[in-house]
Amino acid sequence: MALSVNSLLRSGRNAVLVLRRRAFHRSAQAAVQVTVRDALNQALDEELERDERVFLLGEEVAQYDGAYKVSRGLWKKYGDKRVIDTPISEMGFTGIAVGAAMAGLRPICEFMTFNFSMQAIDQVINSAAKTCYMSAGLQAVPIVFRGPNGASAGVAAQHSQCFAAWYAHCPGLKVVSPWNSEDAKGLLKSAIRDDNPVVFLENELMYGVPFEMSDEAQSKDFTVPIGKAKVERQGSHVTLVSHSRYVSHCLDAANVLAKEGIECEVLNLRTIRPMDVESIEASVMKTNHLVTVEGGWPQFGVGAEICARIMEGPAFNYLDAPAIRVTGVDIPMPYAKILEDNSLPQIKDIIFSIKKTLNV
Amino acid sequence: MQNMLSLLYSALCRLTGRAAGAQTVSELLIGLSEYASLTLPAVPPDLAQTQRLTPKAPPVVGAKAGAAPLASASLAAPVARVTASRTYSDFTPQVTLDIKKCELHLLEEGPSAKAELTREQGLRYYRTMQTVRRMELKADQLYKQKIIRGFCHLYDGQEACAAGVEAAINPTDHLITAYRAHAYTYTRGVSVKQVLCELTGRRGGVSKGKGGSMHMYAPRFYGGNGIVGAQVPLGAGIALACQYQGNNQLCVTLYGDGAANQGQLFETFNMAALWKLPCIFICENNQYGMGTSAERASASTDYYKRGDYIPGIRVDGMDVLCVREAVKFAADLCRAGKGPIVLELQTYRYHGHSMSDPGVSYRSREEIQEVRSKNDPIALLKEQMLSNNMASAEELKEMDVAIRKEVEEAAQFATADSEPPLDDMCNHIFKNDPPLEVRGTNPWSVLKSVS
Repeated sequence: MALSVNSLLRSGRNAVLVLRRRAFHRSAQAAVQVTVRDALNQALDEELERDERVFLLGEEVAQYDGAYKVSRGLWKKYGDKRVIDTPISEMGFTGIAVGAAMAGLRPICEFMTFNFSMQAIDQVINSAAKTCYMSAGLQAVPIVFRGPNGASAGVAAQHSQCFAAWYAHCPGLKVVSPWNSEDAKGLLKSAIRDDNPVVFLENELMYGVPFEMSDEAQSKDFTVPIGKAKVERQGSHVTLVSHSRYVSHCLDAANVLAKEGIECEVLNLRTIRPMDVESIEASVMKTNHLVTVEGGWPQFGVGAEICARIMEGPAFNYLDAPAIRVTGVDIPMPYAKILEDNSLPQIKDIIFSIKKTLNV
Repeated sequence: MQNMLSLLYSALCRLTGRAAGAQTVSELLIGLSEYASLTLPAVPPDLAQTQRLTPKAPPVVGAKAGAAPLASASLAAPVARVTASRTYSDFTPQVTLDIKKCELHLLEEGPSAKAELTREQGLRYYRTMQTVRRMELKADQLYKQKIIRGFCHLYDGQEACAAGVEAAINPTDHLITAYRAHAYTYTRGVSVKQVLCELTGRRGGVSKGKGGSMHMYAPRFYGGNGIVGAQVPLGAGIALACQYQGNNQLCVTLYGDGAANQGQLFETFNMAALWKLPCIFICENNQYGMGTSAERASASTDYYKRGDYIPGIRVDGMDVLCVREAVKFAADLCRAGKGPIVLELQTYRYHGHSMSDPGVSYRSREEIQEVRSKNDPIALLKEQMLSNNMASAEELKEMDVAIRKEVEEAAQFATADSEPPLDDMCNHIFKNDPPLEVRGTNPWSVLKSVS
């Protein structure tokens, strides 16, 4: 890849922009800074107000204001009927939520973390996901399962698993993984309005991160469509596909590489299932190189699926090198900080993989 | 006079398809008076006396004395029109029967020890149970002919539970059960034809052939659930929806003696009791969870007490009236906001666990035969009706014949109906969604799915 004068100039300008862009990612309209947590809270509030059938249940969602404060203020505003504290009974309350959805309500079932959803996974898959099909469309299940997914900080193996691949494996489910505040708000509203079971994978480490929210995104009717990826950064040399927290990592890696004249196109999947393969293909056909980035384990993961789909589709012929996956290390999550940090993709890992792919 | 009367009488008999048996003037008058009371407001007292061949029964509430027998005959509309030579006026319109007293847990009072049964109800319950019995036996036959495949869990022996539950609740109430679900699918409104078609996997099935034995649905009937115990939290959730919507409805949530040991039941009991959900939990204890008897699976076989802090009632599940009274009691409790409640219906299944289980490796043939001969729910009701002169043996026999015919026709339809079209295979994954593409078995196979 010859580096032209233009790209040298561009990288110089970009370096300045990177410094200005450190903490936030600006959109065209200057607007308000909203954390992901507050964006989720707004979405819940607006949807509870909009439709009486919507209600929230889960552990500590009401009087505790939510284990991670995502549902802060909602119990005070809507009361016991709409915001329900449950006992510690995942299988039980998940089944109750699914039954309520079958009988005409629109529950939002919170898992304190998705690790605990394993206790209830039968209700998610066998009672929720498959029912519309088994009943040939007679019985719908309009439910949202939401909660933090993936690694946190120092919570060790049982509390750090990423479930994107597990849930995305199953027909009948929609699986959504927002990155920023706009994603969080727009996708949660779409999920609640969807007549089908949606698994909504949040990320604890993103809750406190502020993002620009445009005026449009602050409107009560703002939704982000499920099933469409978003190009967060245009580029021409390599396509980076990611979801949730690692979109930030990809953008940071892209900024570093831009100084070297490597322009990365960063695709924020937003939805894991149904996956927007067309957007990935269009990007790969432009850049000829693909690197996927995720926090989950490598085997049978999101990146594995992306690679398989690219191989089977038209974009394969445009690849100048094999597609590469950057993933979490294939081990249960360790506790010690140094070990934990090194068992998840770091920016340097992404940069390394991109350079290997580009052979630079 | 006699000629005129007999002309009139035989003309009326021809019109209604009845055999004209009357000969003498008084017989003709009696026969004609039945037609007369259809139009006249009251029958003269002396004729009313001669019509009754049995001691006068308590009058049916709301009906006039003379018109009562015919009123109950016309209410028996779902029954095939009977052309017996005995007239309807011979039958007792209503009777109060003593039923077995229930064992109670955390309740001062329980269901009534007396059940009122009208002729119309008796015939209806009989018809329901007999239809379920014949449908299940037909399914057995079709399975052995390999026309039905996969799972097939039959309900014969347990008919009184399904019939009694449905008799006690409203059509607007909700019900969910486990995999032994064909009877409830029927009582909740799905036709025998649609049930059998679903079992044979044809497009006429209630789930268009996509669900099979364990996944049939209807409005206010949530299946048919394959995972043992999973339906119990679902049922409590449906009850939550009833409470949330303030519609005075309730949910009947059924499970078996095997499922009674599932953890999610206890999680559900806790939440249902905490939130006072209008949920009637019913354990159909047929004494065997697959091949494991209740005593070998449960440290406590007092299933009606397993709700611990939730009141419970143990009921004779072979007596449709016992079941009805108990469920009625439970329903009243729930609608008064005092739910939930646990019922244990003690019942028995004649077949093995499923069609792949002969059902005799873990129990004796003698035991099965004993229940069949002494405790069959249909025979019990028949006996009650006949001994109280509420129906004739011929009438019930005609009903049996009609039901057999209905089930046979349904089975023939289910056997001949065509299989679901291949291009329906990927439909109904989602509800109200735009069409999407579904990957087939290979990358070039791109299938279409619509909602």
